[in-house]
Amino acid sequence: MLVWTKPGKAIVWLAFAVVFGLLVVAPFVVVIAAAFAGSWNGVLPSDPTADHLRQALSGDELASLSVSLQTAFLGGLLAVVFGSWGALSAADTRFKRLADAMHHLPIAVPSVVVGLGLLVAFSRQPLLLNGTKWIVVIAHLVLMVAFSYGTVSAALERIDPSYAEVAASLGASPARVLWRVRLPMLLPAIASAAGLSVALSMGEVGATIMVYPASWRTLPVSIFALTDRGQAFVAAAEAVVLLATTVVLVLILDRLRGRAAER
Amino acid sequence: MAVEALGVGAVVSNRPRPDGRWVWVLPPLLLIAVLVVYPLVLVAVESAPAWGEVIASTEFRSALLRTVQIAVSSTAGCLVVGTFLAVVISFVPFPGARIVAGLVDTMLALPSFLVALSFTFIYGSTGILRAGGFLTSPWAVVLAEVTFYTPFVMRPLLAAMSRLPRAQLDVAASLGAGPWRVLRQVVLPEVRPALLAGGSLTLLLTLNEFGIVLFLGAKGTTTLPMLVHTKGIVMFDYPGACVIAVVQIALSLGLYAVLRMALGGRRARLD
Repeated sequence: MLVWTKPGKAIVWLAFAVVFGLLVVAPFVVVIAAAFAGSWNGVLPSDPTADHLRQALSGDELASLSVSLQTAFLGGLLAVVFGSWGALSAADTRFKRLADAMHHLPIAVPSVVVGLGLLVAFSRQPLLLNGTKWIVVIAHLVLMVAFSYGTVSAALERIDPSYAEVAASLGASPARVLWRVRLPMLLPAIASAAGLSVALSMGEVGATIMVYPASWRTLPVSIFALTDRGQAFVAAAEAVVLLATTVVLVLILDRLRGRAAER
Repeated sequence: MAVEALGVGAVVSNRPRPDGRWVWVLPPLLLIAVLVVYPLVLVAVESAPAWGEVIASTEFRSALLRTVQIAVSSTAGCLVVGTFLAVVISFVPFPGARIVAGLVDTMLALPSFLVALSFTFIYGSTGILRAGGFLTSPWAVVLAEVTFYTPFVMRPLLAAMSRLPRAQLDVAASLGAGPWRVLRQVVLPEVRPALLAGGSLTLLLTLNEFGIVLFLGAKGTTTLPMLVHTKGIVMFDYPGACVIAVVQIALSLGLYAVLRMALGGRRARLD
């Protein structure tokens, strides 16, 4: 299409492999390799070991995994509910622009600033939440609600509104139209919003590091603490745990989405 | 589709509904107001007493400069690399190109600090390349951000390129245009909106990037988000942190508003 000669294509592909391999893929391969390496003093890692992984799955680090999972599920679930609610209720009303702007705010502002805001606002009356796990959950909810709203809003614009209108014209109540027509049609988008929310929540670091109490330390915060103490290999192993968990969760949610799309 | 056949499709669409259903929009908006808007307003209020001192400090000025410098360099790098990779996947396809495109999609949801973590092993003092001072320089941050944010440029580009009729390229080539000319005169003008959208999103995200800078932890590369964290959490200087937060919000939202206006206008024209 663009390059017609065989040698030309070969050169382009080689350049692609070098750029893509070194720049995009290498970092992830290196982290995974380091997780299983006893030492890394040359080009290749040496002394293969599972010790780091064992360490990453015990004691405090295991507790972090559980904290991250609970935060991702609680924050993600609430985010999907409120994001979908916001997108559905604002569609076709005069509040659409206001709702768009308000839901974009947490993404446009750096996550550290979102965290600082929560810290300043909820360290005082009437809502004293600083030092509890709820401030972490709220930080995740706030960040993920923006993504959920965006995903469901975009899906709503692609969906033919006449289905809901026909249902209403045939006498279905608004609640019935919502429950039997609009929500089922949005289910794939809601499932993919859930997948995105959970994945992003598992890796969130900026807002979390501003607000977390010592008793509620998420995986990324633990990983940072490890690198800060110079335990890079255990940090890599824990990053692999984070990656594996995220991929499994997203795959499960993706299957749900597939099933929803089939119906 | 059956509904459209009945001819009722376009009768009532997208017009604001007159009934009272809009009250349902209030709870989610109230949630955002309490959890996002109210805290940000408090940040602005808290910042009041510290402005003079922070603005005058060299620490703040160099962080502001560093933030813009890193964001602009990273975005430029992402645009170059992302365009190249997207062009190859779309127009010089190889077996497995689709898998690579899928991989790019997955990377969008991964945390950015993984890249910074890997740099410890690649460029660290005992790592693969042993590039001693590189890890603590601003260029390490730029390279990490290019790695992480290139997929954000590739995604809209790949979508735009898949909509471009292949015949256009073939006709241009059959009329004697070389690959560079086809790229410059046929492909690039068509995908410019996507390039602009991806580039502006990347600029916003790199201005706000925190994870990579935190994990690389270089003393010489303090950015504004990093300074918010240092002042707020390490030094407990809330008013100082709030000033920097307000500057960062103005920077990000100002840029975001400009981009939305520019992109919104363009989209309207395309429709």
